[in-house]
Amino acid sequence: MGVWILGWFVFAPLVVILLRVFYLIFLVLSTDSGLESESTLRTILCIGSGGHTTELLRIVRNLDHQKYQPRLYILADNDVSSEVKIHKAELSPAKYALERIPRSRNVKQSYLSSIGSTLYATLHTIPVVYNFKPNVIFCNGPGTCVPVCVVAFILRCLFLIDCRIVFIESICRVRTLSLTGKILQYFADVIVVQWPQLRDSCYRAKYFGRLT
Amino acid sequence: MSKKYQKCFITVGTTRFDLLVETIMSPSVLESLKKIGCKVITFQIGNSDFQPGIYDKEGVQINVYRFKDSILDDIVSADLVISHAGAGSCLEVLEARKPLLVVVNEELMDNHQIELAEQLQIDGHLYYCTCDTIESTLEMLDFSMLTPFPKPDPTLFIKYLDDVFRVKPKAK
Repeated sequence: MGVWILGWFVFAPLVVILLRVFYLIFLVLSTDSGLESESTLRTILCIGSGGHTTELLRIVRNLDHQKYQPRLYILADNDVSSEVKIHKAELSPAKYALERIPRSRNVKQSYLSSIGSTLYATLHTIPVVYNFKPNVIFCNGPGTCVPVCVVAFILRCLFLIDCRIVFIESICRVRTLSLTGKILQYFADVIVVQWPQLRDSCYRAKYFGRLT
Repeated sequence: MSKKYQKCFITVGTTRFDLLVETIMSPSVLESLKKIGCKVITFQIGNSDFQPGIYDKEGVQINVYRFKDSILDDIVSADLVISHAGAGSCLEVLEARKPLLVVVNEELMDNHQIELAEQLQIDGHLYYCTCDTIESTLEMLDFSMLTPFPKPDPTLFIKYLDDVFRVKPKAK
C-alpha cells in the first residue's frame, strides 16, 4: 500500500509534465501560438556568429523597440566581434543587456563531442533564461541558439516562464534547413525562412519574402 | 564586350583563398580583365599567401591589402566586384548594386554558401564560377544582363509578429 502511495506521488507529477510537454508540442505544431502580455514583451536575442549576427541585428532593428523591451542579447563566450555590432545597433544603453554563455558547438567540432558541450552550455543557460523571464526569443543560427531555446521550452513546460520562440533561418539556406533549424522546427513557435522553396522541407515554415 | 569596368575590386573574405590570388595574378586572367576595360584592381586577400603592396602587372595596377574594417568603400568605388561565395560579401555587393562575379572555393565543398550563389545566379543577380573558369567566364558573360537585387522588405514579417504577440491595452 505504502509503495503504491509513494509511486503515485513520484509518477503523477511526471505524467503531468509529460502530458504538458506533448500538449505544448501539439500546440506549437498545430497553431499560431500567440501571446498576450500585460506590459512590454521581454525579449531575448540569441546571437550566433559572424554573418548570422549581422543578419539577426538587421532584421530586429525593424521591430518596435518600445514594445520589445527590455532586450537581452545572449552571445557565445568566445565571440568578440558580435559585441561591437550589438552596441552599434542599440542606441540607448538603458534598454538592453548582454549575457555570455559557453558555445555549444565550435566550427569543425565533431557531433559526438558537441553533445557534451551543448549539455554544458545548457546548464549555464538555465539561470540566465529563468532570471530574465522572457516573453519572446529571437534566434537565427548556430552558437547559442539551441541551448537557450531548449531551456526556455523546458521552463515553459514547467509553467515557470511563458515565452514564444521565433526562429529565422539564415538567407544562406536556400534548399535545406540548417542543423539548428532541423532541431528547432519541433518546438519553435514561429519558423521563418527566406526562400520560398524551403517550405517544401519544413511544412510549418513561413515565408514573408527576404528579410535582410 | 564594352570596356567599361575600369576599377575592379576583389575580395576573399575573412579567411584565405590562395588559389584565387594565384589565378588573378596570372597573365592570362589579367589579360581577360583588361579586355573588359580593367585598369586598376583593388585586392583584399585576407590571410592568403601573398605579400600586400602595390603591383604593376601586364599594365594593370594592383593594390593588395589584407583586411579593412569595412570593404564597403571599395565596393562602392568599383565598377565590377569579384568575390568569394560568402553570403555577407555577396549581399553587400548586390545591395550596392554592383556587377558581381562570385568565385566558388572548391576546397570548401562542404559549406552551404554555394547554394546561395547558385540561387542568385538562377535569379539573374550575379554570375558564379570557379578558379578554373574565371578566364572564360569573364570573356563570355555580359554583366549588363544582370538584374538588380530587390530591396528586402520585412514589413509583412513585422506585421505578422505584431498580430501574434500583443500587449494588452492598459486599463484606465
